[in-house]
Amino acid sequence: MNWSVWLPLLVIASSLIPGVIIFGLAERQVKLRTALNLCGALLKMALVAAMLWGVYHGQHYEVRWALLPQLELVLRADALSLLFVTLSSLLWLVTTVYAIGYLEGSPNRSRFFGFFSLCVTATVGLALAGNLITFLLFYELLTLATYPLIMHRGTEASRRAGKIYLRYTMAGGALLLVAIVWLYTLSGTLEFTPQGFLDDMDEQHHPALIMIFVLLIAGLGVKAALVPLHGWLPEAMVAPAPVSALLHAVAVVKAGAFGIIRVVYDVFGVDFATLLGVTGPLVILAAITILYGSLRALFQDDLKRRLAFSTVSQVAYITLGVAIAGPIAAVGGMVHLVHQGLMKITLFFCAGNLAETLGIHKVSEMNGVGRRMPWTMAAFTVGAFGMIGAPPVAGFISKWYLGMGALEMNQGWLILILAASTLMNAAYFLPILHAAWFREPPDSWPEERKFGDKETAWALLLPPVVTALLALAVGLLALAPFSPLAWVQFVVQREFVP
Amino acid sequence: MLSSEIPWGALLILLPLAAAIFCFVLPRLAALTGVVAVILVTLVVGAFGWQLYCQGVYQHAVGGWGAPLGIDLYGDGLSLLMLVMTALVGLAVTLYARSYFSQKQARVFWPLWLLLLAALNALFLSADIFNLYITLEMVGLAAVALVALKGGRDALNGAMRYLLATLLGSLTYLLGVALLYHSYGTVDIALLAERIDSSPVVWAALGLMGAGLLLKTALFPLHFWLPPAHASAPAPISALLSALLVKASFYIFLRLWRELFSPLGGDVALLLGLLGALAILWGSWRALRQTRLKLLVAYSTVAQIGYLFVAFPLAAAAGTMLWNGVSYLMLSHALAKAAMFLAAGNLLLFGGHDRIAELDRAVQRLPISTAAFALAGVSIMGLPPSGGFIGKWLLLEAAIEQGYWLLGAVMVVGGLLASAYIFKVVGYAFTRSTATHEPKSIPASMEWAALLLALSSILLGLTAPWVFALLDIGNPFGGVER
Amino acid sequence: MSTALLYALVGIGLFSLGLYALIVHAHLLRKILAINVMGSGVFLLLIALTKRSVTSFPDAVPHAMVITGIVVTVAATALALTLMVRVAIENRCAELSDQSEE
Repeated sequence: MNWSVWLPLLVIASSLIPGVIIFGLAERQVKLRTALNLCGALLKMALVAAMLWGVYHGQHYEVRWALLPQLELVLRADALSLLFVTLSSLLWLVTTVYAIGYLEGSPNRSRFFGFFSLCVTATVGLALAGNLITFLLFYELLTLATYPLIMHRGTEASRRAGKIYLRYTMAGGALLLVAIVWLYTLSGTLEFTPQGFLDDMDEQHHPALIMIFVLLIAGLGVKAALVPLHGWLPEAMVAPAPVSALLHAVAVVKAGAFGIIRVVYDVFGVDFATLLGVTGPLVILAAITILYGSLRALFQDDLKRRLAFSTVSQVAYITLGVAIAGPIAAVGGMVHLVHQGLMKITLFFCAGNLAETLGIHKVSEMNGVGRRMPWTMAAFTVGAFGMIGAPPVAGFISKWYLGMGALEMNQGWLILILAASTLMNAAYFLPILHAAWFREPPDSWPEERKFGDKETAWALLLPPVVTALLALAVGLLALAPFSPLAWVQFVVQREFVP
Repeated sequence: MLSSEIPWGALLILLPLAAAIFCFVLPRLAALTGVVAVILVTLVVGAFGWQLYCQGVYQHAVGGWGAPLGIDLYGDGLSLLMLVMTALVGLAVTLYARSYFSQKQARVFWPLWLLLLAALNALFLSADIFNLYITLEMVGLAAVALVALKGGRDALNGAMRYLLATLLGSLTYLLGVALLYHSYGTVDIALLAERIDSSPVVWAALGLMGAGLLLKTALFPLHFWLPPAHASAPAPISALLSALLVKASFYIFLRLWRELFSPLGGDVALLLGLLGALAILWGSWRALRQTRLKLLVAYSTVAQIGYLFVAFPLAAAAGTMLWNGVSYLMLSHALAKAAMFLAAGNLLLFGGHDRIAELDRAVQRLPISTAAFALAGVSIMGLPPSGGFIGKWLLLEAAIEQGYWLLGAVMVVGGLLASAYIFKVVGYAFTRSTATHEPKSIPASMEWAALLLALSSILLGLTAPWVFALLDIGNPFGGVER
Repeated sequence: MSTALLYALVGIGLFSLGLYALIVHAHLLRKILAINVMGSGVFLLLIALTKRSVTSFPDAVPHAMVITGIVVTVAATALALTLMVRVAIENRCAELSDQSEE
């Protein structure tokens, strides 16, 4: 046993163990709980940083555990998994701070933070999974860990949302299971391999492989909220704001998107997937999702629902980038995994702040809110511009690469989709910004809470400001070494250069 | 080594039997004797396993007579698995029952439970089909008495129905034994396996034995007696029934199928698979429709038994690993279902009723029991990394490999239905019922017994290669087929 | 037809008769009796088939089995009768009831 084995395990354990302990804590042990949460999150950051350094210098991190005589659970840190691990552990830290502030004084916090930690454990596990069965394990764990978070408030609406969420994700998990078992009976291995492990498959199996691809995408598409499997996402908005933030930015939707990346690149391989002719339909599906999500977002008055439909659309960018099947588009799609995460989490934090501080839930109530909460709305503005794709915020980089990638693969029509989506993004974000900054505030807010001379509690304010700055930074410094863009280019080389 | 000469297998039967008699004679020491005896039995199972691991199969001619005249004890990997399963579930139930029963009930419970334990251990170590009848009957009678223990209309009616079903099952089985003995002059399974051939009498015998065992195993549509009996018994007894008893008759069926039946009929295997599939769908659906918690759990057992039978049509082309999967399903279902019944018992005791729609208060006040129920549920649903997942994975793999798509689909749908009926209960943990601050009346040992069982059914999923290695002792699934 | 075969057929007849009665009759005492008749049928069959050929001695093993079986049946019948009495008190008639309490 050495570090190459211990490190991946520790990365998992750094949230699993605090989570399990937190379940056992009494409600009033606030300090201990907070300490455990923060220590776990910081420790994970440190461990991930060590792993990043190691992988960059050619270190190999891998753990195996025999599940069945010829089937192993594998945790492995490759460049792609680190992209997702870093994102999750960073945003976990930020969200934890936010959640501590957000839930102050509310009931059942031990339960909440326990499942919260499990949820991150599952996400990190997904990222580190070295084969499909390990992926499936954490995928199902994620379902089980997020369900209590969505139901947390215990109202009729949240119970309904939980039920819907469960129906979608359980069915998705079942499809995934069938696909994985089927694949295993054909190939005898499930190990993620750069450029896939299926290209030497006999031609008679091709129809079966196409079916498997469809099943895999259907199973993953539920979490990635691909239309028409997105129905649970807007419903899940009844959850507390930190949960929505985490679900949308890192955990659930990204798990689906990340799975799609893995399936296309490391199971089928881009070339083989193109040969099978499955990437074309996936492009169309992603394009439909992008347009549909944006269109629905236009007509939502509830702020969180508008953001939810925006997520449906934005996450499909990742799928699109993967499905275009060219190196430049791949960069655009994968880097959006990080960029969308930073921007969307900012937006949800801000929405949570508005709801908590002023009781604002609807877009129509946001007139003049920029004067009351300038910092929050500044962060919101950065996030919104990022979503629209305005330079220099991170979203611009993603869209640029996606567009270039589409051109490279002679799929110029996708530029039209991107442009249409951008227009709609602007159409549903700019009015909010206009109202917030330039309209007169009303005489009183729906449900105002005072926080002295500050606009809101520091634990609520700090996270969105930090993530907004990060979203700006990764856009401005995209060409610097170790930026997400640079890292993604490092990942993509591995896939496309033989 | 000295320990290698001790007949651990025989001790596994004698020890609980002696303790049962002791409890009966000295009822004041019943609980203490029971706990000590069950712990000792668990240790002996460990020693027995070690002996098996070092020396291969266990054989013991009782009284030195030997087959075909005397009674032989025989133990291989499969017997060991069943013994371990019995010991683990038994240990948890013992821990639970210590606090559960009133003084008066305890006097009846402990001798009967120890008798049941002795009978089960004897059953798993029997090598001849007549001895299996005797042990099966002992198991059945002890179980009926346990179901009736609490009294009350539901329990008595359930017990009576159970008694009639179990007697009918064992007599039918015995008739088959008589026919086989007539044809081959032996009841020893190994000798029968050598001599058996295809003739109408053999067919009739196997049909009768099979039908009797399937009735006791509660395979759809012979499951009618199970839900009332399992739901109306006191919680620790329901746990024993669902976890161990149906497995005992299934174990005999599996043994006989492997050694005697399977060369005779592929169509029968298909029929069994079909019934298994129907059991999964019907049992899960009925479970989902129940309004009472314990009935829900009982119907879930009907469904889970179906999974065991789905394997039969796949076996001919799949080899050893499939039977390993079936054994694993048995083991993990035993642990998970026992955990569920114990947890349900806690909820019932706390809430004073088991109407699912009004359980929210109990579910919220007993987080450990609820967690046990949910974790056991994960294994029942077959989600990774639980033991149930390993079993279902192996079955699903064989089904897809051989193109039995319908069976595969039923297994997956069964998992989805399972998640529906389990979350129907677990969902109540997330309601906004008014938090009343009444004192908790459930002893910690009763909550932890359920949780530990549930955890072990999950962790079981990570130990499959070792379990399979032990299961391989004596090659119970080799031989007849490839 | 040999005597042994005749006995064997009678045994199977008894078993079938008992099975029929077990299913048809609702009264628990009749059900318990039916089970006993079935048991007797099986035992008769076992004994009848001990003599395999005209010349050989009867096989002793089935005798041992039948004795064991009778012991089991006696125990089972005793349990069944006790249970029946209690069921009869609860249900106010010696038949099984489908109604749940509450």
